[in-house]
Amino acid sequence: MNTLNAETRRKEPLLDLSPLDGSGRLKAAAADLRDGLRLLPLAMTLGWLDIKMRYRGSMLGPFWLTITTAVMVAALGVLYAELFNMVLRDYLPFLALSLVLWGYISTLISESTVVFSQESRMIQAARMPFTVFACQAITRNLLVLLHNAVVVLAVFLIFGVTPYHVWLILPALGLWIVDSFAVMFCLGLLGARFRDIPPIVTSLLQVFFFITPIIWRPELVGTLQHWILLDPFYPLLAIMRTPLLGEPLPGALWGMALAHSAVLIALAVLVFTRFRARIAYWV
Amino acid sequence: MAQALANRTVNRAGSALIEDARHRVTVDVLREISFSLQSGERLGLIGGNGAGKTTLLRALAGIYEPVSGRVRVRGVIGTLLDTQLGMNMELTGIENVRLRCLFHGMSKSATQSVLDNVAEFAELGDFISLPVKTYSSGMLVRLAFGLATAITPDVLLMDEWFMAGDITFLAKARARLETLVQESDALIMSSHQPDVMRQWCTRLIWLENGSIRQDGPTDEVLDTYLAA
Repeated sequence: MNTLNAETRRKEPLLDLSPLDGSGRLKAAAADLRDGLRLLPLAMTLGWLDIKMRYRGSMLGPFWLTITTAVMVAALGVLYAELFNMVLRDYLPFLALSLVLWGYISTLISESTVVFSQESRMIQAARMPFTVFACQAITRNLLVLLHNAVVVLAVFLIFGVTPYHVWLILPALGLWIVDSFAVMFCLGLLGARFRDIPPIVTSLLQVFFFITPIIWRPELVGTLQHWILLDPFYPLLAIMRTPLLGEPLPGALWGMALAHSAVLIALAVLVFTRFRARIAYWV
Repeated sequence: MAQALANRTVNRAGSALIEDARHRVTVDVLREISFSLQSGERLGLIGGNGAGKTTLLRALAGIYEPVSGRVRVRGVIGTLLDTQLGMNMELTGIENVRLRCLFHGMSKSATQSVLDNVAEFAELGDFISLPVKTYSSGMLVRLAFGLATAITPDVLLMDEWFMAGDITFLAKARARLETLVQESDALIMSSHQPDVMRQWCTRLIWLENGSIRQDGPTDEVLDTYLAA
């Protein structure tokens, strides 16, 4: 026992905190990210428990997500195919995939505004890397995405859609996850400081749902083709959607997706580095 | 709101609210606090409401990073600061214990032994597999205390919450803490209750308006505190 104590005592952690300047803050933010990713098993368990808790006592549990999405896709699909004058066989797979992907994006973004403020009890109870809460929220949303993906799979099987160059979704998935972290840090911090952020974000998301090619095909805009590239959601959605639908992807889209992501990531680094130490005071 | 506060702080020396150069109102909770603690010491923080006891504990835990000054703590820190003690009320006792073990990066077998240890100390019986929100406050405290002390921290920080336990629990908790402290660990706790302080602490710091009013052996500080 004594030798074990001596052993652990030699490499015991040292908490050393003082006000930091620019590079010190950057290092502290990087340490938060590193320590948080080291606690990935914890974050993933927390994310999984969130889902389990939400549906505790329900018979179908998280498969309610799947059913809700299926009903939504079926209802919207039939109606909008008629409205847009499109063949159901072409439109329904597009719509199912779009709605499921948008579901991930919009839920992740609206949850990101409260990712720190709703964990105020945990944050005030013990020192923990803030990255853990971001990982937890991302895990939770990826699990929801998986449940909804069942609907897409079923629609694809029914209408015989075969993905094309499906390996292209791997880099897209990577970019999505990096962007998810950036959104968490950026909006999570702003949302913790300014409590007006969550409602603002919710209403903006509603606007983007209609102006982004989600329920309508991007070809429909005609001459506005270049303008919709400025919508940050369109390129990010397209890099995931087109290969899965088996359609060729215009080269400009990956470029724009990377450009939008670069801006987002730069903002996240800036905000998180500058204000990470203040979160505990705000929540 | 900020403006209303700002107007109130004007021309009032000694106010806790301070307006900075950009007209933001700030609160100065802790000032000129300096002390160091050796291993084996049991420090009590005493003082009225709003004296800064909880803020100081949170700063020591690394929750609040200092705006000025420096905090250095060597060793693994265990915290019992919040009444819910960082536990998720919707989850079961077992799930909460497992989460804490994951946080400390413990192996499966180590987790199992912590689970056994906590279950034995907390005497929850079958309640350990029920959601924590169904527990009485005494059961909650026993679980939290058992958990915080099962994963041996080098430095244990405790707020005054644990008075919710009954007399037998306090005796049991004291025996468990004593073994911990004997393994040359440090304890810092805050409390309103003088008799608890006299029993548990070897040293007291009396906080008043965010500064140290007196720092010394328990009996000495407590006598002046009670006389004041």
